[in-house]
Amino acid sequence: MPLPKRSLQLLSLITLVSFAFGFAACNPGGTGSNTGAVSLTGAGATFPNPLYQKWLSEYGKLHPSIRIDYQSIGSGGGIKQIQAQTVDFGASDSPMKDEDLKGAPGEIVHIPTVLGAVVITYNLPALGQPLNFSPDVIADIFLGKITKWNDPRIAADNKGINLPTSEITVVHRSDGSGTSAVFTDYLSKVSAEWKDKVGTGTSPSWPMGIGGKGNEGVTGQVKNTPNTIGYVELAYAVQNKLPVAKVKNASGNFIEPSIDAVTAAAAASAATTPDDLRVSITNAQGAQAYPISSYTYLLIYKEQKDAAKGKALVDYVWWGIHDGENYAKELLYAPLPADIVKRAEVKINSITSGGKPLR
Amino acid sequence: MSVATNKLRIDVRDWRRILSPTGNPGDAVFRVLMTAITFFVVAIVIGMVLTLGADSMQSIRHFGWGFLTGREWNPVRGNFGALPFIYGTLMSSLIALLISVPFSLGIAIFLVEQAPHYLAKPVGFVVELLAAIPSVVYGVWGIFVLAPFLRVHIEPKLAALLGWTPFFQGQITGIGLLTGGIILAIMVTPIISAVVRDVLSAVPGSQREAALALGATKWEMIRVVLVNGAPGIAGAVILGLGRALGETMAVTMVIGNRPEISLSLFAPSYTIASAIANEFTEATDDLYLSALVELGLILFLVTFVVNGLARILVWNVTRKTGGLSRAA
Amino acid sequence: MITYAGRADRSRRISSALMTSLTALCTLLAVGALFIILAYIAVQGIGSLNLQFLIDSPRPVGEGGGIGNAILGSLVLLGISSAFGLPIGICVGVYLSEVGKGRLASIVRFIVDTLTGIPSIVTGVFVYAILVLPMKHFSAFAGGVALALIMVPIVARTTEEMLKLVPHSLREGALALGAPQWRVTLGVILPAAASGIATGAMLAIARVSGETAPLLFTAFGSRFFPTSLNEPIASLTVQIYNYALSPYDEWHALAWAATLVLMTLILGINIIVRVLTRRKF
Repeated sequence: MPLPKRSLQLLSLITLVSFAFGFAACNPGGTGSNTGAVSLTGAGATFPNPLYQKWLSEYGKLHPSIRIDYQSIGSGGGIKQIQAQTVDFGASDSPMKDEDLKGAPGEIVHIPTVLGAVVITYNLPALGQPLNFSPDVIADIFLGKITKWNDPRIAADNKGINLPTSEITVVHRSDGSGTSAVFTDYLSKVSAEWKDKVGTGTSPSWPMGIGGKGNEGVTGQVKNTPNTIGYVELAYAVQNKLPVAKVKNASGNFIEPSIDAVTAAAAASAATTPDDLRVSITNAQGAQAYPISSYTYLLIYKEQKDAAKGKALVDYVWWGIHDGENYAKELLYAPLPADIVKRAEVKINSITSGGKPLR
Repeated sequence: MSVATNKLRIDVRDWRRILSPTGNPGDAVFRVLMTAITFFVVAIVIGMVLTLGADSMQSIRHFGWGFLTGREWNPVRGNFGALPFIYGTLMSSLIALLISVPFSLGIAIFLVEQAPHYLAKPVGFVVELLAAIPSVVYGVWGIFVLAPFLRVHIEPKLAALLGWTPFFQGQITGIGLLTGGIILAIMVTPIISAVVRDVLSAVPGSQREAALALGATKWEMIRVVLVNGAPGIAGAVILGLGRALGETMAVTMVIGNRPEISLSLFAPSYTIASAIANEFTEATDDLYLSALVELGLILFLVTFVVNGLARILVWNVTRKTGGLSRAA
Repeated sequence: MITYAGRADRSRRISSALMTSLTALCTLLAVGALFIILAYIAVQGIGSLNLQFLIDSPRPVGEGGGIGNAILGSLVLLGISSAFGLPIGICVGVYLSEVGKGRLASIVRFIVDTLTGIPSIVTGVFVYAILVLPMKHFSAFAGGVALALIMVPIVARTTEEMLKLVPHSLREGALALGAPQWRVTLGVILPAAASGIATGAMLAIARVSGETAPLLFTAFGSRFFPTSLNEPIASLTVQIYNYALSPYDEWHALAWAATLVLMTLILGINIIVRVLTRRKF
């Protein structure tokens, strides 16, 4: 008695499909099988993702045989993947720490690409104009020491504004993030109590508040819950039409987070930026500098194993820090100041394959 | 079907018996193949547990049993404790099941016993479609629709009515344990109801007819059917529970992600799956990573324990009702 | 027919009517919840649905773009995971119901049950550790394996339950006719339970098509149309994830539109599977 026809059909279908996939999977194809085609993959920070996607698209138009993919899985993810060598380049908002660099199988070069601002946003619909915040006030709000919106210390910076009597609800990031790292780095610099109690990190232990996932999560919670305060990347606040606070910088001026103010922070810190370009520019000294700014970096091995891939990579990064900067402002990223570009060029030129520089 | 074989004494002639009780070579191949594939899967699961165990060794050695009772989670200082996550995971899944199981049973019963034929199939489809919504979409819907709705309409009423209990106190933000539980309930309902539907459909019509013939009302007849299908229903609930315990994206967006234990359902909470999803890619130091992996191991163990309890419950129920199931 | 018009009888009838209307209410609420969520998704996303969207690959903000490569990628991943997950799951279900005995089967069942409770991200990390790290690159194949691991316990458990529900009489009849056990299982019991197994398969497929976290560690994501299983591949869920968690309203609308496409895809697969496993009794 033969097997029922339908079971036989299903069985043969499944077998055929499996074989087809099996053969396809054995295909070694991909990189280098076409003439001059190169495939690169990168992973890391979510903050510069929209800009990097733009860069990849524009660069792809100029060089269609170079396929580059970038996935935003977080700064820490970028660091881990480049250490494991599963991607060709990593991306991170905070520079790698010394121990991470030592743990990598080769020397890693940091190339800054653009700058961003972490802004303080809030939900107080009745107000007409942006609030001013002093650094110690911000720290104390996030520490839970200032609990009401009409606290005299907030009012002192905002004379003439009618502040509500409601309680402040703090919103922070629940996931590990470069944005949190930048924000806590700033708070540690301006508040000794914060540095002692909480410290700097991608996943600090927040004294209070609710956690949102991703910049989007924090934006969503602030937007939908009255009397909240949170910190997000500039693009998220602007795109969602949320108010953005002015923060008092080290020179004593209340600065609105703008692209120029961020570039000013980088320029003001250029003198103290070390050779390997790993630097924190929060609470920078410039008069017009926005105090919660940061670089974002690409992480590339100094010695590239594959010469073709390495050449494609350095050409792309060179294009990025020169032509790519033109696309930064319209997507709300701050371009690198000129002297940092010069120093990044030196770094790119130092990347080699088989001992020979690729550029 | 079981053919009595004497398994106590195994000698060369008997191994053939074990492989195939009927002595048929086709049977032997079949049984060996099925067993081999199954043990392959078991090996993978054991492999996962071993990998989890190995990677969490550092954290286990560092914290010992204190990890299970520790209430602080501080990556910057290197202090890790799992209790808030265990609490959040169990509570959110409990809330999800409390809401979802009655609903799923109701849906399944309606579709199998009461709905007219032309309605049953399409409506069944529609309910199953809920399972097809990606969890990230549930999460975003949760932030923008569910949480404000709960904050404005439901939670204040709950606070007014039941605020004297410790479960409904505290600040109302719409983001918290209750919202997480509700979203899980919505995600788990299609799974439980789909399986229960199939279980109830498979109960022989003779059972229903017998009950009705004895003068039972419709509802009493349905109860007989439910008892018949009890083990299958338990299996469905376990599937749903599995989904609830492991759900990541949707929960993490609406539960508040605060590693604190609070009796109030309005307060933010944190589940193990959310913690791993939120912090895994950013955990670059070894102890942190190891602590997160240990959390994953604990979730494994929690699933083990919960499954075990469910099984004991089912065994108790079916023991009392005897051989009602599998009536020909 | 003799009816007893006592008070007890009336209360039984009332409670019966009450409960049956409650079940109708439950169904109404469930269908209502789905419509609320669907309506939200549709309202947000229908504006971006057009042919270009369905066949194009993603572009930067402000330039539109589409999810064509993501649709293809999702289908490929679904194909790989089903090719591994469905047969293995059904075999495990058959083992638990027909072949395994007593203690051993209980232990195995237990272990398979715990697999359902593992967060998908842990499965993704596990496959990352055993496939991606040694291969030193992300691949569609790894993504498929991760999804298959998630599918197996769902398919296995529902298969087992459905097989156990097949009446003994069917088994005994086939065996009495002299068919060997494997023939009975493949030819009589599996087809009898086919629609239930299809439910399990559908639940598993629906479940993995909505998964994002494991794919982030294995299949990675791509802007391009897939060329090989050995390379990163795009998928609808990862694309939705990227779009939904971005700051741009335009990308949010694309995320919702992509969700509509994903759900239509699942609905389509659901219908096909149901048609294939129809029983003409």
